[in-house]
Amino acid sequence: MFECLLLLSLILCAIFALTQKRLLMVAIIYMAYSLVMTVIWAMLQSPDLAITEAAVGAGVTGILFFVTLKKIHALKGTKDE
Amino acid sequence: MKEFLQTVIAYRYETAAMILFGIGFINLLLQKNLLRKVMAFNVMDSSVFLFLAAQGYIEGRIAPIIVNNDLSATTYINPIPSGLVLTGIVVSVSVSAFFLALILRLYKKYHTIEFDEIMTLAKKEAE
Amino acid sequence: MGKKFLSKFENWLNGEEMPLRERHVRSLHRKKHVQAEPLPEDVRINRFIHLYHVSAVLVAVCLVGVLLYTVFHLPLFGSPNNPASNEVAQRYIEQGLAETGAVNAVAGMILDYRAFDTFGESNVLFLAICSVIVLLLRDQNNIVVEEDVQEKHEREIEKANEDIILKRIAFLIVPCILLFGMYVVLNGHLSPGGGFSGGSIMGGGLILFAASYGAARVKLFFNMRTFRTITTTALLCYALSKAYSFFTGANGLESHIPLGTPGAILSAGLILILDICVGFVVACTMYGFYAFISRGEL
Repeated sequence: MFECLLLLSLILCAIFALTQKRLLMVAIIYMAYSLVMTVIWAMLQSPDLAITEAAVGAGVTGILFFVTLKKIHALKGTKDE
Repeated sequence: MKEFLQTVIAYRYETAAMILFGIGFINLLLQKNLLRKVMAFNVMDSSVFLFLAAQGYIEGRIAPIIVNNDLSATTYINPIPSGLVLTGIVVSVSVSAFFLALILRLYKKYHTIEFDEIMTLAKKEAE
Repeated sequence: MGKKFLSKFENWLNGEEMPLRERHVRSLHRKKHVQAEPLPEDVRINRFIHLYHVSAVLVAVCLVGVLLYTVFHLPLFGSPNNPASNEVAQRYIEQGLAETGAVNAVAGMILDYRAFDTFGESNVLFLAICSVIVLLLRDQNNIVVEEDVQEKHEREIEKANEDIILKRIAFLIVPCILLFGMYVVLNGHLSPGGGFSGGSIMGGGLILFAASYGAARVKLFFNMRTFRTITTTALLCYALSKAYSFFTGANGLESHIPLGTPGAILSAGLILILDICVGFVVACTMYGFYAFISRGEL
């Protein structure tokens, strides 16, 4: 039952991440998506995948998105995109 | 109807993976902003990994780290799909970083990252 | 005949347009006289966009429908009689400890039985960082004036408002992150983790250090030369170790690398060295992505 809830929240995160107006929200919801993915890997009894997804998905890819947003000037104060 | 729901719950991981693949694919085709296309591509990648790793899970068994000198293969899950997905996750982040570098170069040249604006500007330049 | 073809091929490689042949040019002129007035550009583009949206949704829905139908006919999820768990998985678990010496069956598999795939993956990482360097490097030969001006402006703003909270916290956390990353790399064959996870954690620690203390501090110990030396040495080391294993294995020779006692750190033969090499490559690559995207130089 808990797994079904996690998978549903995964689908909801994916839908929300791609229908937001502000690009900053897209990056943040993608990091949440990555976190839920990490928990799912742990429930599928694969701890290697969980550690790698936590470090790479939420860590490195999220940071790269934020830095790109800054470089394309989509983060000016409160007005972005 | 109830039978259909029971089948979906029995195959929950694979169904979720296919739905995520569909969401990522539609957004990859229909979104105009290049950054959203990259994000949709990442979602598609993750869904394929979810499907692969779910093929290796066996009910009631533990992770493939050998404990208590128990070497029988019936105590652990299948370790092979886990290894394949590990490779895949790292390739996924490499491709995302390359996409972002390409987006930065496009922005430097055209000062926008909307796809149709870039196409019209490129057409005007070609004329 | 051959020379003409080769010269055309060279022109195409260098990106020049192929000249139209004589007959094509004449027929184009003729067609222009006969054709009626073409539709205005806007109407055609709007029609195309409408058609594109409709067909994209149709294709995606059909694809997902076919995939879902296939999923319901797969073998049951989590059953022990899955065709995916066959004698290969049995062999990897039952004789993995004896043949590789690694307690972590997944690490033993990807760094011993299937080490060539991991080599290919390290190459993909290296290729990605090389492509990012080609696209985004800024040195004496590629200068963009407005970007340099903007960057100087940003550096002045940074120096004026220093973020004390970030610096204090990073001062406490970054050594712990780097230490934890090294622990995960070195214990790849004993517990979950390995080269990729540990390398990503170390890369994340380096990114935090660079973001909070500025690029000048990082350049003291991590510049382009270090990056080049570390990545190429690590990949070469990986290739040579695996070449030795392939050579001794294919010819039935005895490889004189001790497997040690399972559970100790200095065990599992070459897996420790391969883990360290992969960890270095991944850490340098992750930090390289951040540095090139945010600054254009390492």
